Amino acid sequence: MILQNILQNAWLIPFLPFLTFALIGLFMHRWPKLSAALSIAMIAVSFVLSVMVALVVFGNAEGVVYETATRWLSMPGLRVDMGLLIDPLTAVMLLVVTLVALLVQIYSLGYMHGDPGLASYYAYQSIFAGSMLGLVVANNFGQIFVFWELVGLCSYLLIGFWFGRNSAKEAAKKAFITNRVGDFGFLLGILFLQVIFGTLNFSELAAAIPAYANSGILIGISILLFFGPVGKSAQFPLHVWLPDAMEGPTPVSALIHAATMVAAGVYLIARAMFIFNTSAPTMTLIATIGGFTALFAASIALVQNDIKRILAYSTLSQLGYMVMAMGIGAMTAGMFHLMTHAFFKSLLFLGAGSVIHALHDEQDIWKMGNLSKKMPVTTWTFVIGALALSGIPPLSGFWSKDEILLGAFAGGHIGLYILGTLVAFMTAFYMFRLIFVAFFGKNTAGEHAHESPAVMTVPLIILAVISVLAGFVGSPLMNNAFAHYVTFAGAVHHEANLTVMAVSAVIALAGIYLAYLVYQKQVIDHAALKIRFRGLYNLLYHKYYIDECYAWLIKHFIDGSAKILEWFDLYVINGAVNAIAAVTGRSGYALRYTENGQVQSYALYMFAGIVVLLVSALCAVFSALA
Amino acid sequence: MNHMPILSLTLFIPVIGAIIIMALPKDQEKAIKYISALSTFISLALSLLVFITYDRSTGGMQFIESIPWIKDLGVSYALGVDGISMPLLLLTNLIGFSAVYASWNIRERVKEFFTLLLILITGVMGTFVATDLFIFFMFYEVVVIPIYLLVIMWGSTKRVTKEYAGMKLTIYLLIGSAFLLVGLIALFVTAQGMLGYPTMDITKLAGVDFPVGFQIFVYALMAFGFGTLLSMFPFHAWSPDGYAGAPTAVSMIHAGVLKKIGGYGLIRIGLFILPAGAKFIAPIIAVLAIGNVVYAAFICLSQKDLKYIVGYSSVSHMGYVLIGIAALNVISINGAVMMMFAHGVMAALFFSMIGNLYEKSHTRNVNDFGGLAHQMPRLAVGFMLAGLASLGLPGTVNFIGEFTIFVGAFSVFKVVAIIAITGIILTAVYILRTMADLLYGPRKEQWDHLQDLKGPEMIPLIVLGTAILVGGIFPSLVMDPISSGVSGLLAQIGTIQMGGIF
Repeated sequence: MILQNILQNAWLIPFLPFLTFALIGLFMHRWPKLSAALSIAMIAVSFVLSVMVALVVFGNAEGVVYETATRWLSMPGLRVDMGLLIDPLTAVMLLVVTLVALLVQIYSLGYMHGDPGLASYYAYQSIFAGSMLGLVVANNFGQIFVFWELVGLCSYLLIGFWFGRNSAKEAAKKAFITNRVGDFGFLLGILFLQVIFGTLNFSELAAAIPAYANSGILIGISILLFFGPVGKSAQFPLHVWLPDAMEGPTPVSALIHAATMVAAGVYLIARAMFIFNTSAPTMTLIATIGGFTALFAASIALVQNDIKRILAYSTLSQLGYMVMAMGIGAMTAGMFHLMTHAFFKSLLFLGAGSVIHALHDEQDIWKMGNLSKKMPVTTWTFVIGALALSGIPPLSGFWSKDEILLGAFAGGHIGLYILGTLVAFMTAFYMFRLIFVAFFGKNTAGEHAHESPAVMTVPLIILAVISVLAGFVGSPLMNNAFAHYVTFAGAVHHEANLTVMAVSAVIALAGIYLAYLVYQKQVIDHAALKIRFRGLYNLLYHKYYIDECYAWLIKHFIDGSAKILEWFDLYVINGAVNAIAAVTGRSGYALRYTENGQVQSYALYMFAGIVVLLVSALCAVFSALA
Repeated sequence: MNHMPILSLTLFIPVIGAIIIMALPKDQEKAIKYISALSTFISLALSLLVFITYDRSTGGMQFIESIPWIKDLGVSYALGVDGISMPLLLLTNLIGFSAVYASWNIRERVKEFFTLLLILITGVMGTFVATDLFIFFMFYEVVVIPIYLLVIMWGSTKRVTKEYAGMKLTIYLLIGSAFLLVGLIALFVTAQGMLGYPTMDITKLAGVDFPVGFQIFVYALMAFGFGTLLSMFPFHAWSPDGYAGAPTAVSMIHAGVLKKIGGYGLIRIGLFILPAGAKFIAPIIAVLAIGNVVYAAFICLSQKDLKYIVGYSSVSHMGYVLIGIAALNVISINGAVMMMFAHGVMAALFFSMIGNLYEKSHTRNVNDFGGLAHQMPRLAVGFMLAGLASLGLPGTVNFIGEFTIFVGAFSVFKVVAIIAITGIILTAVYILRTMADLLYGPRKEQWDHLQDLKGPEMIPLIVLGTAILVGGIFPSLVMDPISSGVSGLLAQIGTIQMGGIF
C-alpha cells in the first residue's frame, strides 16, 4: 500500500520545484528571503520523497519498476507523454540530484547573501531542480528532450546570472549555442526513432530495437543520439563551453556544471543503453571520445591557475571517464562514478566557493596561500574531496574509479586501462598542486581570509562525510550492493582485482607525492620547468588553441556567409525587385506621351482598334464557315 | 444551431468601434483609445468563448452562419470555424488587443490611426472565418488599404523610407492577390461548368473533381499568391523592409497574423480544393522553404537593426510552415498550423517590445544598446521570452510547432528536413547574440533615463507571454482542435492518395 502510494506521488518530486519557480516568478520576487526559504523547503520535501522512493525501490529485492504517464501532445501518428519511470537507475539519480541541490541551496544562503538578484537566483535554482528531476524521471525521448533543453536554459540563465559582466554574457551564450550543436544531432536521432519505430517510449523502443541490431540505420541513429551527451556532458569537441561556464556563481558551478546537469549526458547513455549496446561501432566511438576527453582535459588542468577552471577541467576529465565507462559496457561503474563524483566534486566546488567568498572574488591560486591557517573547515573538507577525487582508498572516488579501471582491464581494453591509470596520476597531481599552492604553501596572501559562516561550512561537512562513505555501497566490502541494484541489460560484473586496486592507489599516491615535491618542498623548480617546456606549457595553458580555432571558423565561415548572403539579398533579390519596379515606372513614363491631349491622335488609336477588332471578327466568321 | 451570430459579432465589433471613433471629436484621444481597447477586448473575449465552447468531440465547421448574398454568383455571406481557423481567429484577437496597447503612446492623428487599425483587425479576422471564397477574397482586399495608409503615415524611415516600405508592402500584397484572383475566377468558372450551378462555397468547391492539369495550374497561381504573402523565398523582399517601415501595431499584426493568411489559404483553399495540384507543387515549395529557413537565418546574423533581425527571422520561420504544408501529412500540417499560431504570438511580442524601446530611445540599432536589463528588467523579460520562443525552446508554444513539423516532414523529405533543422542552431546564434548585445553586459549610463514597461505597456507582454507559455506547457489545448481540423480536412480529400500517413 505505502509502496504504491509513494510511487504514485513521486511526480511531486519534479513538480514542487516547478511550482516554487512559478510562485517566486509571479508573486514572491519582491521578498527574496521568503523566496529562498520556500525554495529550500520545497527541495527539502523533494529530497525526503526521493529518500522514500529509494527506500521502496531498494527495499524490494526483485527491484521495482514503476511507470505511469499522462498524454501531453498527441495526434494520429505522434504521441509525446509526460511520464514517470521509476527504477533503480532513476532512484539513484533522484537521490543525488535532490541531495546536492538541497545542500547547494542552503550553501547559497551564505554565498549569495546580499545579492540584489537573490529572488531570481532561487527561482532559477528551482526551475533547474524541477527540469533536472523531470529529465531523470522521463519515460520517453520526447520528454527527455524537453527537459534536456530546459536544463540548458537554466544553465544559460545561471551562467549569465551576473549579466553585467561581459565575460558572463559571452559564456552564457557560448554554453547555449554549443549545446545546440549537440542537440541538433540528438533531435535528428529522436526524429529517426519516431519515424522508424513510431514511438518514443523507452520500453516500447526496447522491445522493437533488437530486430535492428547492428543495422546501418541503428548505427546512424545511435551516433546521432550520442551528439546530445557530447554537448551536455561537454565531451571533445564540444567541451569548450564548460570551462567558460565558471563565470556563474560558484554554487551554480557545483550543482549544474559539476554534479548534475553535465552528468545528464552520461545518464542519457545509461538510459538509452538498450540502443547504444546494439551498435558496436557506436560503443567504440563513445569509449574513444570519453577516454580522449579524460586525458585531454586532465592535461589542460595541469597548468591552469584559476581555482574554478582547474576544477572545471577536472570535471571534463571525470565526465570523460564516465562516458568511457559507458562505452566499454561498464555502465554500472559509470553510474557509480557519476554518483560519487557528484558528491566530491560539488564538495570541491563549494569549498572553492568558500575560498573565493573569503578572498573577495580572488580566483588565482597563486594569489592565495596558507589558507589552512584561517579556514580549517574549508581546507580539510577540500582535502577530503581532493583525496576522494584522486582515488585514495577508502574514499568514495577510489571504489568507483577502480570499478571503471577494472571494467577496462577485465574487458580487454588495455589501451583504455592504461589511459585511465595515467589520467588518475594526472588527477592526483593537479589537485594537490592546487592544494599545496592555495591552502598550504609559503605565500601568505591568504592569511587575511576568514572562515565562512556555518550556513556554508555545514554543507561542506555533510558532503565531506558522504564523499568518504558513499563509495562503500559499491565496494567489494559490501558485496557490490550498488551493482546489485543498479544493473543494466548486458552489464557484466567483474570480480575484484587486487592488482588493479593496488596499482590505481599507488599511482594516485605517486601523483600526490610529486605535487608535494614540486609545490610544497619545491625540490623541483616549477618556474624553470615552465620555461624549459615553454611550447608544451603554452599549448596546454591555451587549451590546445581550440577556442581560437572555433572563433576563427565562425568568423570566417558563418559570419562570412552571412555577409555574402546579405549582399545577395540587398543587391540581387531586392535589386531585381526594384529593377522590375523601375521598368514598370519607365514604361509608364514612356507611354504617357501617347496621352497627349490631341483629339486627332486619339481618333487614330480608336480607328486602329476598330480595324483590329473587325479583322479578328471576320477571321472568326470565316473560320467558323470553313 | 447557434442562436447568437457569435462570429459576426466577433468580426464586426471592431468596425462598430471604428464607427464610434469616427463620430468622436479628434481631441478625445483618451476616449478613442478606450473604445479601441474595449472593442478589441470584446472580440478577444468572444473568440476565447468560441475557442472554449467549440465542441471538440464532433469537430468540423461550427458556429456556422450563412446568408445568401449574390445568387447569380453563388455567393453567400458564410462564416464558420473549424480546428484550423479557430486558433488563427484567437491569434488575431490576441494580437489585435495587444496592438492597441502597443499603440497607446501614439500622439499624431490618433483618431485616424485607431479607425484604420480596427478596420485592419476586422479584415484579417474575416479571412479566417469566411467559408465562402468570395467573402474570403473580399476581406483579404479590405486589409490592403489600412495597411498602406498606416505605414506611410505612422511609419518610420531608417534604411528605407516609410513611403518605399509602404508601397513595397502594398504592391506585393496586390500582386499576390492579382494571381489569386485569376485562380479564383478559373476555379469558379470551371466548377460552374462541372457542377451546373454557380458556387463560391469552399467545401462545395472542394467536392469538385477538377482535372489534374487544371489543379496544378491553379495551385501554382495560389502558391505564388499565398507564397508571396507568406514571404516564401525568393518573394520575401517585402517582409523585412515592410516591417522596418511600419509602425509597431502594423508590424505586430502583419508579421503576427496577416502573413498567416498565406499559409491558411494554402491549406484551406489550395490543398483542400486542389489536392492533386498541391501534391505536384509540394516538392518545389519544400525546396524554396530551405531558402527561407537557412538563407534568411544567415542574413539575420549580419543585421543590426532589431526590426530587420525579427523581419528576416520571420521569413526564416515561415520556411518551417512551408515545409509543414509541403510534406502533406496530418502531423506536418498540424505542425504548420501550430507554427503559424506560435510564430504569431512570438513575432507580435517581439515587435511590441522593439516598438516600445524605439519609442523611448529613437534607435533600433543593437550596437547602440547594451545592458538594458539593468534599466528595463520587464522589457528584458519580454525580449527574452520572445527570443527563447523564437529559438524553439520547450515550454514555449513554438517548440510544439517546430517539433511537430520536424516529425511530419522528416518522414517525407529527409534531406530537406535535415537542412531545415540546422535552422535551430542558426536561430540560437542570432537570437542569443542579439539578446546578449541588447540586454546584457555593463550598464550604459546614456540609457538611464529610459523608463521600464509600466501600465498599459505591460498588456502586450502579459497577453502574448501568457499565450506563449500556456500553449507551450499545455500544447493539447491548441493542438487537439488543430489536429481534428486537419484530420477532418484531409479525410474529405481522402479520394486522392498522397502517401504519407493518411
